[in-house]
Amino acid sequence: MMAAPCLPRAAAPLVAFAELLRQSEFPISSEQVTDFLKAVALLGPRSMDHLFDAARATFGPSPDRRQEFALLFRRHFYGEVDGPDDGVKGGMARRGDADDAVARRARDVRREKGGTLSSADEVLAARDWDDDDEGRGALSRFRRLLGRSLPVRASFRTVPARARGQLDLRRSLRTLVRTDGDIPRPRLKRRKRVQRNLLLLIDISGSMKLYTADYLKVAHAIVQGADRAEVFTLGTRLTRITAALRPASPIQALERVSHCVADWDGGTRIGSSLGALVATPRFAAFARGAAILILSDGLERGSHEEMERAIRQLARRAFRLTLATPLAADPQFQPETAALRGILPVLDDLIDGSSISSLTRFILALGAPGAVARNKGKREQCDR
Amino acid sequence: MRLEAAPDEGVAARAVSPERIAAELASVSYIADQSLATVIFLALRLGKPVLLEGAPGVGKTEAAKAIAQILGRDLVRLQCYEGIDAAQALYEWNYQRQLLAIRQAGEKDVDIYDDRFLIARPLLKVLKAPQDSVLVVDEIDRADHEFEALLLEFLSDFQISIPERGTLCATSRPVVVLTSNRTRDLAEALRRRCVYHYIEYPDAAREAAIIMLQAGDVAEATARAVARAVRDIRARPLAKPPGIAEAIEWANAATVLEKGGSPWPEAFRRAIGMLVKDEEDLATLGPELGDIVEAALS
Repeated sequence: MMAAPCLPRAAAPLVAFAELLRQSEFPISSEQVTDFLKAVALLGPRSMDHLFDAARATFGPSPDRRQEFALLFRRHFYGEVDGPDDGVKGGMARRGDADDAVARRARDVRREKGGTLSSADEVLAARDWDDDDEGRGALSRFRRLLGRSLPVRASFRTVPARARGQLDLRRSLRTLVRTDGDIPRPRLKRRKRVQRNLLLLIDISGSMKLYTADYLKVAHAIVQGADRAEVFTLGTRLTRITAALRPASPIQALERVSHCVADWDGGTRIGSSLGALVATPRFAAFARGAAILILSDGLERGSHEEMERAIRQLARRAFRLTLATPLAADPQFQPETAALRGILPVLDDLIDGSSISSLTRFILALGAPGAVARNKGKREQCDR
Repeated sequence: MRLEAAPDEGVAARAVSPERIAAELASVSYIADQSLATVIFLALRLGKPVLLEGAPGVGKTEAAKAIAQILGRDLVRLQCYEGIDAAQALYEWNYQRQLLAIRQAGEKDVDIYDDRFLIARPLLKVLKAPQDSVLVVDEIDRADHEFEALLLEFLSDFQISIPERGTLCATSRPVVVLTSNRTRDLAEALRRRCVYHYIEYPDAAREAAIIMLQAGDVAEATARAVARAVRDIRARPLAKPPGIAEAIEWANAATVLEKGGSPWPEAFRRAIGMLVKDEEDLATLGPELGDIVEAALS
C-alpha cells in the first residue's frame, strides 16, 4: 500500500491559515489551498506582502469581508492583536489572547459591512429570540405561496412556447435540418417571466422595538421563498442581513441576525441609512425595478429633508414603493410628521404594518393581476 | 481529458515576476499597482482565469486589453447581458447553410455537422486557438445564473461539449479575464475557479499619472487638480461616481476650454458634464462644485 504523501513542513502554516479561514466561514476549497501553495512558491515569497497577495488572489475574499480577511491574516502570520499599528506581536504564549481579541475585532468588522459606523449614542444590544410557535404555520404557508405571488417581469431569456409566442427561427431551422426539410409546425418562443427583486428595509429603532421580531420572521420567510430578495436593517446605520437570513431554520437565522446587527433599539437615521443604500451601486442597481417595502413608523430623528430626498431617489428606481407602519393600524391615523407628509406623494401604498398577517397579506397580493404601482404618474409629477 | 495546469511557453516567458508584469503593463499605458500585477502574474503562471471586480470605470476591461497587448494576442470579448445563452457564447450551427447543403446533396450523403456549418462564438474561438487570443468575459454580473453555470465547464476544464461532435478541449490553457461590476454576488463555484482581485479607485497620485498618460494635452498641474477633485467628488453619496475614463475626459475638456479662453476654475465648472453624468448628482454637487475645484487647484 502506498503511503499518503505528506506536506513539507514549511507548508503547514499556510494550510493552517486556510483552515482558520474555513473556521471563520470563508468558503475555501481544497483546490484553492493547492493554488495558494503554488502561488506562494511562485512568488518566492520575498516578503509578507507577497504572501498576503497570494492569499488574497487565490482565496478571493469578497470586498465585504476583506478587512476581516486581513485581520485573520495578521492574526495567523503575525500573532497581531488589534491592528497593523501595534506591530508584530509573535510568540505562542500570547496567541490565545490574540485569538480572542482579533476574533472580536473581526466580528465587529463583519458587522460594519454595507453600512457606516454608528455613533456613540447608539444603544448596542444583543438580542435573544424566542422560539415562537405562534404564526410559524402561517409563515411557512406564506413562504410556500410567495414564489407564485410576487410580481414578475419579462426576462431577456426566452423559453419554448406551445402557443402565442414569437417564431423561434433557430429551433424551427434545427428541427427542419433534423427532419430533412419536413417540419410539422413552426417552433415558438416567449420571454421567460422572472420574479421582480424584493427589497425589504426594516426600521430597528427603539420606537419599533415591539415589531422588530415579527418583521425579521417575515424577512426570513421572504429570503427563503423569493428568488431575488435583499433585506437591510435601518437604525443609526444600514446593515445588510440577507446573508444572515439564509439558514433554513428561523431560530438559527435570527440568532445570526442578532449578532450581525449592532444598532438594535437605538435612534433612527432613516435618511442617511437610505442615502447609503442608494449611494452603493450594487444596492442601487438591485432597487431598480424592485418592489420596495419599508417597515418603519417614519419617525425620523435626523433631517427629514434628507429622508425625503433618499425616499424620492428610491421611488424613482422602484417598481412599487410601500411604507408599512404600525401606526396605520389605527383607523384614525393621518400622517402628521413633516417626514411622513413629505414622502406621501411618492409612496404607492401606506399600509398597516402592525402584524405578521397584515404584512403577509399585502406581500402576497403584490403580484395579483391589476396590482400596479398606483403612484407612478404622481411620482413623475413630483420629480418635475 | 484534463489539461495540464502549466501555461504555454509564450505566457511563461512573459510572466517572469510581478514587477516585470507591472513594467510591461506600463509600457502599454496601463498603470497597475503591485497587487494587480501579482494577480496577473499568478493567473498567467497558474493557468487560471482572472476575476476582476470593482466599481464601473476603474479599468477592469482596460486591464484585460493591456494583458492581450503585452502577450501580443487578439482580444476576444464576450459582453454579457441578461438572457445571454450558449448560442451567443459557445457556438451555433448555420442552419440555413445546412438546409442548402441537404438540398444540393440530393440523394447523396452529406455531413451537416462538420466545421463548414459551425459558427464559432467567443468561447469556442478561444478554445480552438488558445495561444492566439485572450478571452474577456465582460460584466459577468449582468448575465443570469444559468449562464454562470454554463461557464463553469469551460473555466474548469477548458472544454465545450457539442452533442453532435463530442467534447472539444483546448490544446493549452487560454488566458481568460472575467470582469464584474459587482451588481450581484457571483456563485462561489465560479469564484473558486479564478484568481481574484478587487480593483479600487486609484489614489490621487496614481490617477494623476494615468490622466497624464492617457489624456492628450493635459498639463501636470491640471492632472493633479483633476485627480484631487475627482477623489473628493467620489467621496460624496453619488448615484454614479465618476470613473477614471470620465476623469480623463474632464481633464481633456477643461484643457480645451482653457485654451479657448475660459480661466481655470471656470473651465472645470463648465466641463463638469464630462465627469458627472447624472441629473441628481449634478444637483447634489452643484452648490459645492466651486469649493471642490478651488480646493483641488490650491
